[in-house]
Amino acid sequence: MQERLKARARELLGDGVVTRVLGWKKGEFSYDITPAVFESAEELERDFVFDGFCGANLSKYLIQEASKPGKGKILVFLKPCDSYSYGELLKEHRIAKENVYAVGIPCEGMADADRIRARGIDGILGIEHEGEDFLVHTLYGDERVSVKEALAERCLSCKSKRHASCDELIGEEGEDVPDDVRFTEVARLEAMTPEERFEFWRGELSRCVRCNACRNVCPACSCENCVFDNPASGISQKAAADPFEENMYHIIRAFHVAGRCTDCGECSRVCPEHIPLHLLNRKFIKDIDELYGAYRAGESEDGKNPLVSYTEGDVEPSVVNERGRA
Amino acid sequence: MQKIGVFVCHCGTNIAATVDVKAVVDALAKEPSVVFAADYPYMCSESGQNLIKDAIREHELTGVVICSCSPRMHEVTFRRAAASAGLNPYLVEVANIREQCSWIHKDKAEATEKAIILGRAAIAKALLNAPLIAGESPVTKRALVIGGGIAGIQTALDIAEAGFPVDIVEQKPTIGGKMAQIDKTFPTLDCSACILTPKMVECAQNENIRIFSYSEVESVSGFVGSFTVKIRKKARYVDEVKCTGCGLCTEKCPVKNVPNEFNLGFDNRRAVYIPFAQAIPKIAVIDPDRCNMLKNGKCGLCSRVCEAGAINYKQTDEIVEEHYGAIVAATGYEISDVTRYGEYAYTESKDVITSLEFERLTNAAGPTGGVLLRPSDGKHPHTIVFIQCVGSRCVLEKGKPYCSKICCMYTAKHAMLTREKYPDTEVYVFYIDVRTPGKNFDEFYRRAAEEFGVHYIKGAVGKIVPRADGTLDVQAADLIMDEQLRISADLVVLAAAIEPSKTARKLATMLTASMDTNDFFTEAHPKLRPVESPTAGIFLSGVCQGPKDIPETVSQAGACAAKVIGLLSKNKLTGNPCVAHSDELMCNGCSSCANVCPYGAITYLDKEFRMPDRTTKVRRVASVNPAVCQGCGACTVACPSGAMDLSGFSNSQIMAEVDAICR
Repeated sequence: MQERLKARARELLGDGVVTRVLGWKKGEFSYDITPAVFESAEELERDFVFDGFCGANLSKYLIQEASKPGKGKILVFLKPCDSYSYGELLKEHRIAKENVYAVGIPCEGMADADRIRARGIDGILGIEHEGEDFLVHTLYGDERVSVKEALAERCLSCKSKRHASCDELIGEEGEDVPDDVRFTEVARLEAMTPEERFEFWRGELSRCVRCNACRNVCPACSCENCVFDNPASGISQKAAADPFEENMYHIIRAFHVAGRCTDCGECSRVCPEHIPLHLLNRKFIKDIDELYGAYRAGESEDGKNPLVSYTEGDVEPSVVNERGRA
Repeated sequence: MQKIGVFVCHCGTNIAATVDVKAVVDALAKEPSVVFAADYPYMCSESGQNLIKDAIREHELTGVVICSCSPRMHEVTFRRAAASAGLNPYLVEVANIREQCSWIHKDKAEATEKAIILGRAAIAKALLNAPLIAGESPVTKRALVIGGGIAGIQTALDIAEAGFPVDIVEQKPTIGGKMAQIDKTFPTLDCSACILTPKMVECAQNENIRIFSYSEVESVSGFVGSFTVKIRKKARYVDEVKCTGCGLCTEKCPVKNVPNEFNLGFDNRRAVYIPFAQAIPKIAVIDPDRCNMLKNGKCGLCSRVCEAGAINYKQTDEIVEEHYGAIVAATGYEISDVTRYGEYAYTESKDVITSLEFERLTNAAGPTGGVLLRPSDGKHPHTIVFIQCVGSRCVLEKGKPYCSKICCMYTAKHAMLTREKYPDTEVYVFYIDVRTPGKNFDEFYRRAAEEFGVHYIKGAVGKIVPRADGTLDVQAADLIMDEQLRISADLVVLAAAIEPSKTARKLATMLTASMDTNDFFTEAHPKLRPVESPTAGIFLSGVCQGPKDIPETVSQAGACAAKVIGLLSKNKLTGNPCVAHSDELMCNGCSSCANVCPYGAITYLDKEFRMPDRTTKVRRVASVNPAVCQGCGACTVACPSGAMDLSGFSNSQIMAEVDAICR
């Protein structure tokens, strides 16, 4: 697949359809794949990577990259889940679509390096899909790990292998994945008493170091000027005066992206403290589905998100309120 | 340094009986920045206002907090008082310690504590108030009346009489509405058409009135004083200018079996028709669903007989764009669907009819020439049962919870006229209550019951069974005699509930005018602003606002016209300065605000910004039209980045109020 993507990128660069390619390259370690912009066939050949560690969602980078004056079109590779973020950003007019050539690529799920290392596999050099397994290349030879045991949590609860928005597709278009396990963890939290739930989140969020990685990676968190950086907002901060402020940060952030979050799971992927941040918005998604009908942020480039639109079928606020108390 | 003055009103005993006003003054006087605090029995009185004005001058106040009734009542009064003392009126803050405190609490200590907290929140907000200056916008001196029934006609005539041009948009081919179908009007029994048609003619002749018949409102944009409306003129397939209304085409058309809407299907019209003899405009219209020429190109007879050459089969819908300063909704009502009430056998027997159908059967211009005959066999009915409240005052899902208001009176009229014309006919009226509030109404009803011998029976009809011999077995209960009744009737007349026109909901959305759960338009205030919609520049005339009889409709139509004339007489409108604005440096251009804006006040501009590295960047940013914005604040909540803010109710002010309450 890596070679197919490279070849197509070379073609589009060569034809002059695009002037740059947004893809992935190796970081410090081979499992630290990082987004990168390639401007020539040579750069592509040297650094372009697509393997089981390419979890990074490239859509958010387009806000900057597609608005560079005189830079022409940029090619971007979008896995199905990334294409929803892309769709939502298009809907919010955050990306100049005319400057983007979006290529949808298939995805079998991305591996979580921590889960692989937890199995005692060290010295990881690379990874590839092989049937039901991941073949992990290491300094000490190849290791086999079954896909299920190595997949990132968000891929285990993948919502769709069907792309939302793209100009071209490489490989076959996939299908929606039934939501049978996606909300299991949310349901477990819902079953708790409010006190238990509060304690759960206090515990999880107590590890937050306020590195802001979740915000910086989140495609829905794309404000020109984030409220947490804006002194006029009244909630910006340099240092927490009260330990609850970090909790508030996550609560506010969750509300800010509610209804716009595509459940790409990047927040939890980048969290150095492994806080299950994606659950906050997955709960919103579950509630929106239940209260306002099934809705997928980013699925379409127009229309309104159910939290900022009104239909006669909308649930009464009192019902929402009652549920909140439960 | 801010200097805030606090004024606590007793409102007689309305507030003072439940709230310790002196304690409120003492507590609020200690708040930071408060330099003056006083109480007074009636702050809205002349001397109360003078107290405020004197304090503003004497203490050089920079802000005023008034603890009194709801700002809906007297905010304007206090703002004017402040302005006359030289303080910007938007530096006045009202804490509602009456509706939200004294009226809803019993415990004086708790109510006093709450009043202090509400006052404290108002002070916190007042400290962040900024002087605001209202903008001005021009007024297009033309009105639009949507609906050409008696309500729309009267409103249009009154506006035109005052010298302003007015357009009537009517979806049917003629104006006149329901009143044109009615036979006689209560309580004077004058002929409905005789009093309506002169007004219709006046509309046609008044040079200030234009009639867009067979037309619909397609879209509405803009705001009070300058609305832009697109009107769809549906294709009539007849040239409006050339047609003389001679009616030759309607006589020659070979399609003879189209149910006549005007006579509620009791007789037929042709595919090309003029709704009725006095139609205004008197122009033929071709029914595209029934015309052979339009359906399959085979006929063309009307075109050949038309001496004026007015038939045009190629006509298409036309969209006209017009500008208005004010819009009147006068969309009227429809008879609700009586087929929902299976017990009355409306669908089973032709001799169960609605009251409006009864009007056509007794109208001289109707299908029977005014002779009351049964629809089934054309025979004279000897026993007639009238059933009131069919669907009105109904707690069931299928009915209407409200009283349709006109049925008691028109049923009395029907009963009386029947007895007068056909003394051999027995007339029964089943009712829940007989409601006759109105000038000469009760006298009218008593005349029906006492002089004309109409049998009024308090009770309900449970079931109507059509019998093989053509009679109707009416099974009912007499609640006063406490007995079951069975009446063998020849004709049953249902006083069906009236409901707002089905087009009203769509129109309300276009006008951003609010509606109640029954789809009646909501007035700005049920007592004090009954003919205005809460949306500025939108006015309400007739039954679209609630059930009304003709005299009430006409007086409301006149009141509505007076309001429109008042608006159109102004050269400029002063806006509300409490409107939203976006901080362009923070705006993402995401459209969340535009998506929630109910007034369409937000547009987007591609603006150039200088970046820190001296490059320029074009960004999409929100821009609020202050003349359209009504200051609802929905956008400020939807904005993810906090770029939207509302003057007079800024995010920081709301937070300051919350902080003050939680302190």
